[in-house]
Amino acid sequence: MQHAATAGHIELPTTTGLNSRKLLMWLFLASDCLFFGPLITTYLIYRGRSPVGPYPHEVFDIPYTSVSAFVLLMSSLAMVLALAAIQRGDVRGLRIWLVATAGLGLVFLGGQFYEFNTFFHHDGLSLSKNIFGSSFFVLTGFHGAHVTIGVIWLLSLFAGSLRGMLHQGNSLNVEIAGLYWHFVDVVWIVIFTVVYLIPAPLPH
Amino acid sequence: MESQAHPHESAHPGAGTYIAIAVVLSAITAIEVTAYYITGLRNSAIFAPILLAFSALKFGLVAMFFMHLKFDGRLFSSFFVGGLTLGAAVLIALMALTRAL
Repeated sequence: MQHAATAGHIELPTTTGLNSRKLLMWLFLASDCLFFGPLITTYLIYRGRSPVGPYPHEVFDIPYTSVSAFVLLMSSLAMVLALAAIQRGDVRGLRIWLVATAGLGLVFLGGQFYEFNTFFHHDGLSLSKNIFGSSFFVLTGFHGAHVTIGVIWLLSLFAGSLRGMLHQGNSLNVEIAGLYWHFVDVVWIVIFTVVYLIPAPLPH
Repeated sequence: MESQAHPHESAHPGAGTYIAIAVVLSAITAIEVTAYYITGLRNSAIFAPILLAFSALKFGLVAMFFMHLKFDGRLFSSFFVGGLTLGAAVLIALMALTRAL
């Protein structure tokens, strides 16, 4: 295959006709659905059952979180434009969009840090304050950890591109990182709706 | 602008399509947030199903166009939808068991 030859490594034919690395990433993402599914479920079960506050409607700042959601959506656009750039051999475009994606990811993480800090210091909500706090911080914290890994991955790709290690022939490296990044985005799409926008039942 | 395709893949769309999808995603998010501030709607029984439908639409658009599931091999979709279905089944089962539905 021309791509494999250009990339400098052998890409063996598979019985499925599909690239094994890409298939492995999709399998990982499928397993990650089973990671986030129970975390979201736990939050939904416990959010309205705390005997003591603070409660979700007392701490959430919807306009602020909406901006964070928008930032992550735009980072997905930047990511797919990075892939489109390298697939047409535009390494400069790849670098610009990779940095934009990582930058937007960092803005999202900064926003999450500020949100957590406000909840903790201003609203008195901590991991051990009540079961709403426990389930909320574990869910959004693990999502933040995924974003952090994604940012590190993107920056390592950017560094690789500066050393001439990324080109049109091995654009699959960018595509696989992109799959991970878009998954992080779709998980936030779900979290934004079910955690922030859909009102929690009031405690009895 | 179109990229080269593997044997089981169609060509990926160009930048124009990606930007159009991003505009649609932003518009849906704006509608969701606006709906949140309509008190009558927020307190009604249809609010959660409407938001979940919007969320599913955004999820689908990102998966189909940005993650290229619409253009790539069907086995990728099968694996992902399989994991997604299992995750959703766990969510529904646990919520039913704890009477949180």
